[in-house]
Amino acid sequence: MSSSTATRPRTDQVGDAGPSRALKRSGDWARRAPLLPALIFVILMTQLPFVATLVISFMNWNAYYPDERGFAGFDNFARVFTDTNTRQAVVVTIVLTLSVVIVSLLLGLGIALLLDRKFRGRGVVRTMMITPFLIVPVAAALLWKHALYNPEYGLFNGLLKGVFGDNAPQPDWITNTPLAAIVAALVWQWTPFMMLILLAGLQSRPLDVVEAARIDGASGWQIFTNMTLPHLRQYIELSALLGAIYVVQNFDHVFTITSGGLGTANLPYFIYQTFYTAQDYGRASAAGVVVVIGTILIATAALRTAFSLFKEESR
Amino acid sequence: MSATTSSGTTSEQEVRHARPPRSGVLLSAAAWVIGILFALPVLWMVLTSFHHENDAAKNPPDVFAPLSLDGYRSFFDAGPWPPLLNSLTASVLSTALVLLLAFPAAYALSIRPVKKWTDVLFFFLSTKMLPVVAGILPLYLFAQKVGLLDNIWWLILLYTSMNLPIAIWMLRSFLAEVPVEMLEAASVDGASLPRTLKDIVAPVVMPGIASAALICFIFSWNELLLARVLTSTVAGTAPVFLTGFVTSQGLFLAKVCAASFVVSLPVLAAGFAAQDKLVQGLSMGAVK
Repeated sequence: MSSSTATRPRTDQVGDAGPSRALKRSGDWARRAPLLPALIFVILMTQLPFVATLVISFMNWNAYYPDERGFAGFDNFARVFTDTNTRQAVVVTIVLTLSVVIVSLLLGLGIALLLDRKFRGRGVVRTMMITPFLIVPVAAALLWKHALYNPEYGLFNGLLKGVFGDNAPQPDWITNTPLAAIVAALVWQWTPFMMLILLAGLQSRPLDVVEAARIDGASGWQIFTNMTLPHLRQYIELSALLGAIYVVQNFDHVFTITSGGLGTANLPYFIYQTFYTAQDYGRASAAGVVVVIGTILIATAALRTAFSLFKEESR
Repeated sequence: MSATTSSGTTSEQEVRHARPPRSGVLLSAAAWVIGILFALPVLWMVLTSFHHENDAAKNPPDVFAPLSLDGYRSFFDAGPWPPLLNSLTASVLSTALVLLLAFPAAYALSIRPVKKWTDVLFFFLSTKMLPVVAGILPLYLFAQKVGLLDNIWWLILLYTSMNLPIAIWMLRSFLAEVPVEMLEAASVDGASLPRTLKDIVAPVVMPGIASAALICFIFSWNELLLARVLTSTVAGTAPVFLTGFVTSQGLFLAKVCAASFVVSLPVLAAGFAAQDKLVQGLSMGAVK
């Protein structure tokens, strides 16, 4: 896991310093006691509900038909994988997560490199860059839907008309490209997140080594691929992993911009709809179990494939 | 400019070392343009919120339309104070609870580590990967059964569990830097655990506590899905209020922009005031 690499140096530190004999003498329970409240609380609030979800996913349970409640075996999972809506939701979730994470990661990397230089107004530009991340997600989604995308008075079509005159095309952005509309709004919010972590990574680079390489005649591109990227790797992994964890769960944008219509319902929205509107508890739970498995797969597999390439290069 | 271009004898490395001003100017300009592009939707939102509805709906847009507070007036007429106060209550109290639980836990994972403390640490992280939707139905059914639906305390407890792993990771990475000798001395002097925490550990990790608090506050304030499912009229939060805002017919753009701006204002203020804390918090303490 990527975050482990980020914390490993500190792990060693603790090992080196080592709890001394004086501290060791007190019993194991004295050590565990401060941990227990948080541990028990988290298990109660996150693991127990998931176990319940797992149980319900094997049940035939629709709140509209309370009499038919009973054991369903793998029926819900069979329905999750055969139903076209659910399959669509799985595909949308994967496409949405991957495109948002990859695009905002690349943009974030480029902008972090631009901001890693000294220039007049750098602080102002950095502040402007993080602004999108500080807009409440629902508010951001409303802003994009109504103030930017609206075909009649949105800013995008307004700019088109302002620049190209009255005959300018006035596309209906959300209807024409619903998923891209959601991706763009999410990329706008997540690019600053990626940029902040990557910029912090860039600034922790040992500059004297870079200077030495430059004096030895290394080109900017060589320095970037051989020194900057390997150094940034753990930061890239960290931001991609955290970004994926949050984006795979996105509900606000899908809910606000399209209400899951036009083929944009992702799994979180689909589950919300299945259980909240359709009251089909069994099927919603089965889909929930699928999301958990999917999240784990995306978080590990995506990272592995994306970084196996230049891991070998840097060797 | 002249220094590098006029002296033709300057070697390739030296030119790059001195960074030719022209490409530097271009890169700086690019940074400015991108920064402005990213901030533009927010600037547009703020400007539109101060326009009359009629001017806000103009195409092409009228940037210099007369300013007005109509948008804010109709937003505040819609009764936003109870949801705003609910959001504040949920965010502040859950953040306080998070810190209360996370601090001792992080202590037990760094300074006097329990056995297999890395496993425990990764267990906490793994709960963040468990999507909220995977547990939301049982949380809803339980709340329904015991009468916690539309109760702000249920939301506070859930936000606490949602943010606790982040805070534990963050605080642990700060606590790992506390000098252990000081703790030994305190232990020899017979200081109690709460006293040790307060006098020796807390001052060193104050920045970490601030970062954790900031990020927990922002995530709680932003949360929509749980609030939407588990609350309604009494305990509804500001994001839930926003989703129900665009139901009226006719022009509403200025009103929506005003509402979005007001609801985002606490996060904007906190984030701008503590930009560096933001990075620490977002990376769960991995980046300092």
